[in-house]
Amino acid sequence: METLFHSVTLDTDKCVGCTNCIKHCPTEAIRVRGGKATILSQRCIDCGECIRVCPHHAKKARHDSLDILKNFKHTVALPAPALFGQFNHLDDIDIILTGLLELGFDSVFEVSRAAEIVSDATRRLMADGKLQKPVISSACPAVVRLIQVRFPHLCDHVLPMKSPMEVAAALARQRVMAQTGLAPEDIGVIFISPCPAKVTDVRLPIGSDRSQVDGVLSISNIYPQLVHKMDHLTHVDPLFKSGLIGVSWSFIGGEAAGLLNENHLSADGIQNVIKVLEELEDDKLSDLDFIELNACSGGCVGGVFTAENGYVARARIKRLRKYMPVSCNRADDVGDLTALQWNRPLEENPALKLADNIADAMRLMQQADEVFERLPNLDCGSCGAPSCRALAGDVALGEAQENDCIFLMKQQIQEIASRLAGITE
Amino acid sequence: MNIQLHYTVSADDFTRAGEASGAVKAKLKQLGFRPDVIRKVAIAMYEGEINMVIHAGGGVADVDIEADRVVVVLTDQGPGIPDIEKAMQEGYSTASETVRNLGFGAGMGLPNIKKYTDDLIIDTEIGKGTRITMTVLV
Repeated sequence: METLFHSVTLDTDKCVGCTNCIKHCPTEAIRVRGGKATILSQRCIDCGECIRVCPHHAKKARHDSLDILKNFKHTVALPAPALFGQFNHLDDIDIILTGLLELGFDSVFEVSRAAEIVSDATRRLMADGKLQKPVISSACPAVVRLIQVRFPHLCDHVLPMKSPMEVAAALARQRVMAQTGLAPEDIGVIFISPCPAKVTDVRLPIGSDRSQVDGVLSISNIYPQLVHKMDHLTHVDPLFKSGLIGVSWSFIGGEAAGLLNENHLSADGIQNVIKVLEELEDDKLSDLDFIELNACSGGCVGGVFTAENGYVARARIKRLRKYMPVSCNRADDVGDLTALQWNRPLEENPALKLADNIADAMRLMQQADEVFERLPNLDCGSCGAPSCRALAGDVALGEAQENDCIFLMKQQIQEIASRLAGITE
Repeated sequence: MNIQLHYTVSADDFTRAGEASGAVKAKLKQLGFRPDVIRKVAIAMYEGEINMVIHAGGGVADVDIEADRVVVVLTDQGPGIPDIEKAMQEGYSTASETVRNLGFGAGMGLPNIKKYTDDLIIDTEIGKGTRITMTVLV
């Protein structure tokens, strides 16, 4: 396993040790220990659910600041299409793109352009019949990591295609190099992201050794400054070069619609995604051609780095796309299709395994089952584990004590108290 | 060393069929069994569970997990299988129209169990019930 990096982090000063995050984590990767949440690194998929549910804002995600623009001779903004839905009363995407230039970027390249290229390439790959069906979209990095951890068997079904962000970054850098003659390292390609999973995806890319993206900004972080610039533009540059397919990748169903193949399923929200993957694992969805899965409700517009309610953003993007051409970018624009594909296979990361060999795992499971029998089965979370079952596992692994359970503790105290009463009588 | 699991399969609710096989699948993943083994057990056991719900008013599932094999025994007090040979044919079904409308009863249950297991024993008696013992080797 590579060095672990997570964009999701904890502000220990703000964490009060409540149970909100542990109960919502789809990979049971959080425990409250010593009154503070801790993240089990191997299991975390950076989906951001804990950031969303933390009422104390103790869960945060790393991202860069606009200061990163100073590190390069030329900077390119790569806005995710979800950005286009963040603004009220806006009818021209060029206002956003020009605003990004005013914010300090030297050029812009919409990720939606690369999304159209990826859609085109995926259509061709699927037509060639070389992919294992149903093909699972690889666009949402939290979903891909979920598959590695919880559904390792399904790794073969994941579309081995670079994300639109990566494709956009490579194209943008090539374009700037050709236009300016600058060396690749002098060009800063900065993604403007709706979600923390993309920060991790840049640091530890899936399917390739190095990301083409040099920095990641959060939409909500730059939002106030960007709105200010957009409100004070003296001119608007005609920069927007995407179509309906590209901008529609920002919400659930958009990527699948871009395949022009009706035999697909689209699911959003991490719990719904898990249900679909369970069914796929049991061979119940084998007649589908394509499965689009987004960890956030509504798709990328529902990401935790967004400034606007995801459903409002989707409605706005649907209105904006009304008069757009279907698609403006094709896979031929990048030449060879192999340049768009991963250069290494997706690795399994079965982090939910109890031990490295079955005999040890069975012993631990027996111990855990014995502990579980004594627990109240209330799944209250007071012990710091998400469920009684999880606590039992932690006890077997030596990472928790049985009387971390407040009910068992109370029982023990009552026993001691009644014994004491017996002595004093 | 072995792990023994016991589940009651209730016939009250179709949407709950698959709970036992789902739980077994989660256990096998935790134990680190190979994906192909987990898949075979999960699919075969799910089909068996559905059969008990459709035809037998539910039943019980006993699972014995050893390092080199997983044995699932499904026992019910249902009507029994009158003609096993026919029941083993793909597409042969005695399921009601209602059940078929729900997307079940396609006549693939027993054939799928046979397909995904290394050994299958069916003990059945008309009016008394059925016991299906399926073994998947690691």
